[in-house]
Amino acid sequence: MKVMKVFANQSRYARSNFGGIVNFLVLTLFAAVVALPMVFTVSSAFKPLEELFVFPPSLFVKNPTLNNFAGISSILRESWVPMGRYLINSVFITLLGVIGQVIFASLAAYVLAKEVFPGSKLLNKVIVLSLMFNGTVTSIPTYIIMSKLGVVNSHWALILPACASSLGLFLMKQFIEQMVHTTILEAARVDGASELRIFFQIVMPMCKPAWLTLIILSFQALWSNMGGLYIYDDELKTLPYALQNIISGGTIARSGVSSAVALLLIIPPLITFILSQSNILETMGSSGIKE
Amino acid sequence: MTAQKNKVSILKQMQKKKHCYLFLAPFFILFVVFTVIPVLMAMGLSFTFYNVFETPQFVGLKNYIQMFFYDDLFTKAFANTLTMALFIGPIGYLISLIVAWSINELSPALRTVLVVLFYAPSISGNAYMIWTLMFSGDAYGYLNAWMMNLNIINEPIQWLTDTQYMMICVIIVSLWMSLGTGFLSFVAALQGVDRSLYESAAIDGVHNRWQELWHVTLPSMKPQLLFGAVLSITSAFSVGDVCINLCGNPSTDYAVHTLVNHMQDYGNTRYEMGYACAISTFLFLLMIGANSLVNKLLKKVGD
Repeated sequence: MKVMKVFANQSRYARSNFGGIVNFLVLTLFAAVVALPMVFTVSSAFKPLEELFVFPPSLFVKNPTLNNFAGISSILRESWVPMGRYLINSVFITLLGVIGQVIFASLAAYVLAKEVFPGSKLLNKVIVLSLMFNGTVTSIPTYIIMSKLGVVNSHWALILPACASSLGLFLMKQFIEQMVHTTILEAARVDGASELRIFFQIVMPMCKPAWLTLIILSFQALWSNMGGLYIYDDELKTLPYALQNIISGGTIARSGVSSAVALLLIIPPLITFILSQSNILETMGSSGIKE
Repeated sequence: MTAQKNKVSILKQMQKKKHCYLFLAPFFILFVVFTVIPVLMAMGLSFTFYNVFETPQFVGLKNYIQMFFYDDLFTKAFANTLTMALFIGPIGYLISLIVAWSINELSPALRTVLVVLFYAPSISGNAYMIWTLMFSGDAYGYLNAWMMNLNIINEPIQWLTDTQYMMICVIIVSLWMSLGTGFLSFVAALQGVDRSLYESAAIDGVHNRWQELWHVTLPSMKPQLLFGAVLSITSAFSVGDVCINLCGNPSTDYAVHTLVNHMQDYGNTRYEMGYACAISTFLFLLMIGANSLVNKLLKKVGD
């Protein structure tokens, strides 16, 4: 029996050439469909005006230019709020939200994963249940609560809920359950270490992949937050909001600038993901919901 | 007597585990304020008339009766939401699984490149707005331009305002973004399957890759399958922003008006919070119901 070694690490069965080819074709097709809009965004962002009007539109740019990126600030100048303002807003909510989420979720995840105390079972169940719906569903009562708390139309309306994302807590908890052994914690306790010290000096260093994942996921969510329902002053809005305005201006002449903004928005989360993807996949390995 | 003793011992346990509650406090205070209370509030307010400015008035089941029997737009939004959820949920889930499975045995470098490529759309935030350029209704819209150039069509199609095509556009864009956290979870799970399981399965008479997938691979990644299902159901039912951003608000003939859009329309535009909360409660129960149904189905995997 001849065994095909098409793939990297296995061949338990004689794999037909046919299966491998189908697999390859399907994957290539999927990849092309997914990549197409992204290729377009990148090329349109660098297209000079006359190339945007070429019919039919070309997939690749012939004479790349940076004019579209310069165009962003000139369009935003007309709209009273300078680009820098949106950028600062986005950076501010992202920074505080990410820090809050990582610290709060990790503290809670640690005790939920490793301690048994009155209420611990209930809280674990509540967290899994809360994965089954999202903030969109409860946006109306949340809005009422925020207006009572006086945080509507401030950045806190975006930061505070992001700190308490249950997906982050869940991933962290699963990771700690599987990766941090109780014996190590017991030994530290015998040595007289305080719980806070155990958390910061033993648990957190062991969970680097997990909190990197939390950083990336909450970064992605906050960075793309438009402010939507909770923020109505233009100068408090975020970068994605600026993008929305430019694109919904919608003429073909603006498509270059729109693509440039889209590109600027995608690059930070994409690069952070690429840099940390091995850590994220390690965390996801323990992500499952046990029955 | 014993009840009292129990109470005392619980209090003692709580005292002993004081640090646990301190560690939990920051997260759970925010969690209660922004997740638990909103759910309870939505349920409570759904039985009232409430316009934010006056105190809520109890109206019994009036909102629900209005919703199910008199609000045609709700019926339409419900039908649209179900259609989208039925396409986006299962198809998105299967694509995630199939792609994760077919890149699993590629070389690590190629696999990483593909993971990044497939995952990228889901983190693009509202950069999916670039699809409006693809679907743009004039002859310069990319799709129209190509199809006209290839003589498939003679004049531009109004992809985002013609009721015939709007739904499919929303579904395509949503599917494009559907390889998210669940997909990463599948990729990781497939990498983590214990290799020795395959060898013992081969001895037990597993002959081909399909049997191997069903009897070995899928059962051993069941927790991740559940996790991915929960995430894709939740997002499939909460499609809303995509519709508004692609097709406008309201969309032509409300062709892609969803429950989320309907809820926000009543809540944030008309300030009829009671009614909006009834829709929100309905959507909440719909998601939880779909999740428990699918969880039951997934438990049968590999049996």
